[in-house]
Amino acid sequence: MYSKTVMDHFRSPRNVGVIENADGVGEVGNPICGDMMTIYIKVDEDHIKDIMFQTFGCGSAIAVSSMLTEMARGKSIEEAKTITNKDVAEALEGLPKNKLHCSNLGADALQMALKDYEDRKAGITRPESRRQEETHEHSHGEKCYCPYCDTEIMESATFCKACQSELEEEHH
Amino acid sequence: MSTVNFDHISASQLLPEVQDAMIDAIRHNYGNPSSQNRFGEEAMEAIEKARMHVADLVHCKNPKEIVFTSGGTESINHAIKGVAFANAERGKHIVISNIEHNAVNRSVKRLAQMGYTVTSVSVNEKGRVDPDDIAKAITDETILVSVMHSNNEIGTIQPIEEIAKITKEKKVIFHSDAVDSVGVVPIDVQKLGVDLLSFASNPYYGPTGVGGLYIRRGISIWPIIDGGIQERNKRAGTENLVGIIGMGVAADLVAKHMDQRYANAKNLRDLLLRELPNYIDEYFVNGDPENVLPNLVSVAIKYIEGESIVLMLDDENYTVSTRSACATGSLRASHVLLSAGLSHADAQGTLVITPGIENTEEDIMGFLEALQGIVTSLRAISPLYQRPANI
Repeated sequence: MYSKTVMDHFRSPRNVGVIENADGVGEVGNPICGDMMTIYIKVDEDHIKDIMFQTFGCGSAIAVSSMLTEMARGKSIEEAKTITNKDVAEALEGLPKNKLHCSNLGADALQMALKDYEDRKAGITRPESRRQEETHEHSHGEKCYCPYCDTEIMESATFCKACQSELEEEHH
Repeated sequence: MSTVNFDHISASQLLPEVQDAMIDAIRHNYGNPSSQNRFGEEAMEAIEKARMHVADLVHCKNPKEIVFTSGGTESINHAIKGVAFANAERGKHIVISNIEHNAVNRSVKRLAQMGYTVTSVSVNEKGRVDPDDIAKAITDETILVSVMHSNNEIGTIQPIEEIAKITKEKKVIFHSDAVDSVGVVPIDVQKLGVDLLSFASNPYYGPTGVGGLYIRRGISIWPIIDGGIQERNKRAGTENLVGIIGMGVAADLVAKHMDQRYANAKNLRDLLLRELPNYIDEYFVNGDPENVLPNLVSVAIKYIEGESIVLMLDDENYTVSTRSACATGSLRASHVLLSAGLSHADAQGTLVITPGIENTEEDIMGFLEALQGIVTSLRAISPLYQRPANI
């Protein structure tokens, strides 16, 4: 089901842990959608000097977090902002279609950590939890597929016209 | 090290006797049971012998009350839709529990699209239905009650006999999905008092793709597969001869060895539960400790997710199941676990461990050691386990 690269990052995840006094923290997801991911960054001279993660989730969620931290480490803030879900999924040699949402989670968490860093720099304080409380929004442009016949469908679809299946569950 | 299968609820290796009988049938017994010639006669004889063994397994006195199907799902579909169609003039209301298998859930959902109504009765935190709640749910319109004998995710066994007393008194047909019970615990259709009972062959080391439906004589039911007059006009289509022969042998073997298999399974279950606290903390066991399958342990391990555990155990040569949202592909936690009151996070971390006849106490101890290391490493990654103060 998973590529060798995914299994490698799942079996030996890189950059696991917490950065005390991080310069930016981003957290997305919750156990209801199956995954939860926290990214910590330490910034020096506008570059990501250190990056760590914590993840509650499946094999692909852990592999995505690990790969993402490897990709972002050492990059400038502006460079890191350009890391997309697709980049992470490609670096992992692809993810099963029904696991693509995991890669979104990773890139979203990184972007939140970057925003948090910039907010703090600009003096915007958020005494409240930095955690995104609501179910994370899926990025625009993400493709959804019918779990039964693989036809591309609308994210909000509750019925697949191609195979006449009711879609009672989420189907990203 | 060879792989240790603790996922017998998904798949088991066929018993050697079953393999031999099936291979012999493939080679030598290839007649069509409906044919009037000698090949057909030989095939039909084999089917009736299997039917006798299967009937004996569920203590059904009249083998004619057993219909062979393509497995548990077909048996359930046949029972529910067949009864609903045949009794539509009497009423269109069906009562189920809220932890039924999707074969039941989706069958009644399909019927709901056709004008039937369904009442789903809640279970308690042990996953058990209160028979009084079933009685309250039955109306003048009710034609069918369907409650599973045991649950495949938490192992809870339902008070089927008590429910049967109610349905008998209220003259409602009663079906029980006993797919995970038949061949695992003693089942007696007379004692249970059910009108219909669905079961398969694979839970007792027979082949997949073959199952049975017990239909008490006199129950009004339509076929759901139309065609020839096979299975006394209840299930059309040329019989799965090789599969049925395998099922018959498996049924005969388990009927002879039920006590021993039950005792061995229970011994492994008890050992696992007794030793578990010595290896991991912050977990709880799902289901009802007093009314439970002997071969199933459902355990929710806090702060970590099931698919990750399954993949890591697989690396260590242990196969188990999980009901986490990620693993099922639906991105929803199991309705069974949520109905039994688990939080989403706990449902995500639920493992279903189902040892089988080839497993030993050493297998259990090795598994516990592997699990301990995996739980530690996954918790080290989990943001739910140790939340730093600066978030």
